[in-house]
Amino acid sequence: MSPSATPARPTPWLARPQVQRVVYPLLVGLVLVAIWQGLVTGLELPPYLVPSPALMVKTLFTDWAALGLALWVTVKITLLAFVAATVTGVLISFLFVQSKGIETALFPYAVLLQVTPIVAVAPLIIIWVKDPVASMVICAALVALFPIISNTTLGLRSVEPDLLSYFKLNRASRTQVLVRLRIPSALPYFFGGLRISSGLSLIGAVVAEFVAGTGGSGAGLAYQILQAGFQLNIPRMFAALLLISLTGVALFVLMAWLSRLALGSWHASENTHD
Amino acid sequence: MRHPEPETPGPGTEAVPAIEVLSAEKTYPNGTQALLPVDLKIEEGEFITLLGPSGCGKSTLLKMVAGLLAPSDGRLLLWRKPVDRLSETGRKMAFVFQSPTLMPWASVQTNVRLPLDLAGVPRAKADARVADALALVGLSKFAGALPRALSGGMQMRVSIARGLVVQPDLLLMDEPFGALDEITRHKLDADLLDLWRRKKLTVIFVTHSIHEAVFLSSRVIMMAARPGRVVETFRIDAPYPRTADFMVSPEFAHYARQLQHSLLQASASTEEVSP
Repeated sequence: MSPSATPARPTPWLARPQVQRVVYPLLVGLVLVAIWQGLVTGLELPPYLVPSPALMVKTLFTDWAALGLALWVTVKITLLAFVAATVTGVLISFLFVQSKGIETALFPYAVLLQVTPIVAVAPLIIIWVKDPVASMVICAALVALFPIISNTTLGLRSVEPDLLSYFKLNRASRTQVLVRLRIPSALPYFFGGLRISSGLSLIGAVVAEFVAGTGGSGAGLAYQILQAGFQLNIPRMFAALLLISLTGVALFVLMAWLSRLALGSWHASENTHD
Repeated sequence: MRHPEPETPGPGTEAVPAIEVLSAEKTYPNGTQALLPVDLKIEEGEFITLLGPSGCGKSTLLKMVAGLLAPSDGRLLLWRKPVDRLSETGRKMAFVFQSPTLMPWASVQTNVRLPLDLAGVPRAKADARVADALALVGLSKFAGALPRALSGGMQMRVSIARGLVVQPDLLLMDEPFGALDEITRHKLDADLLDLWRRKKLTVIFVTHSIHEAVFLSSRVIMMAARPGRVVETFRIDAPYPRTADFMVSPEFAHYARQLQHSLLQASASTEEVSP
């Protein structure tokens, strides 16, 4: 915020926290991959038990035609579900904060939604909804919905009482209180919910694909893993797994970036530079 | 120097009093008596301090004047109207809380503009008034800053500017400088007195500091706890402007001693159980 005195000597490259945040975990990753590669080569483990990292990456390229398409399908389902869960969750939260009565009446059902395992519900949804993509999006969205509802509702209620009194003293309307006070106060909680839900959307999408088992052009990464498992094509299984993990990491990074963009200047949770 | 409560208006006083508290009391549904019936009349331009220990109902009384709390019995009038019809009198009220209660996501300027935005004042006109208010509290240079970049004292000034921006006739302050260090507090007290005189405000100021009460007030309402009640009223007749010299004068010590004595007496009658 305030322009601090510029140091005479720039901080050494590796001493900067933003560089360390990338370099340190990367080093750990490299070491782990090296150990893995070493063990596989040293113990001469067959690729149908544990493929080496090199083989995994090689498979990623040779099988890219199938895997890339599957990645696109899974990412599409994840993102659609994430957006659907976010929009629905926020709308439900707005409804909840309108009156304590509505929340009291409906909250148990939100919890019910959360605690019912999606694997158990997915077959029903897949039977009811004709379109396979739509049914998988619904499954994944159901998994991702709850953190958005609970976090956003908590956030909309977590308004400083005196500040709310101040709005009331100035005869602020419900809409003014919502737009000028409740929504900004809820943002840190909302972004917390987004971070959790982005990961859950991916998990939901993968689970839905497993249950649906859709092949052909609509096949996602989970189907690739299933198929590769049947064919004992373990390297391809690992390659698909790697893609799923990378998708999850990418989503998390994206959410962290969005959160920083929205809250960086004022909220303590994003204040990493003091 | 001491005035019996309630005050009876003299025959010549035809001016409309700024505030009338008519047997207003607050008893919570669980039976807690936050405030026994209070009768109080405050003239325009007075600087009133509600002084007393924690739990004496001073904040309760202030919040009832503001309309934030409804009295369980009795009435409060501002310029002869109930609080919720204050706008009919053409008068304005501002409330300053114990904490700055600023929006952390908004700049100082946006924070100060809040009451005008809520009232639908056009942006250009509002911005001009915000600039004036910030100049009054000496924060013109910080209009673009976020609250977290300011010190506690500066945040409180922003809060006061937000009160002044509506050009109030009545300023209600609930222990506004309680959380600040003593040096900052003295400075803000002096600035507040200056504002009060320049803007011809009516101020009700809640504090638990005897020195602050003597320094600021034209009249001190002494309150006591368990149950919350008004004990006595003191007029502080020292002339304004009051400076730091006043604080070390024998006169100041005399008033402070008087208040101290009254406070101890009031506490002694109810606080035999507390340590």
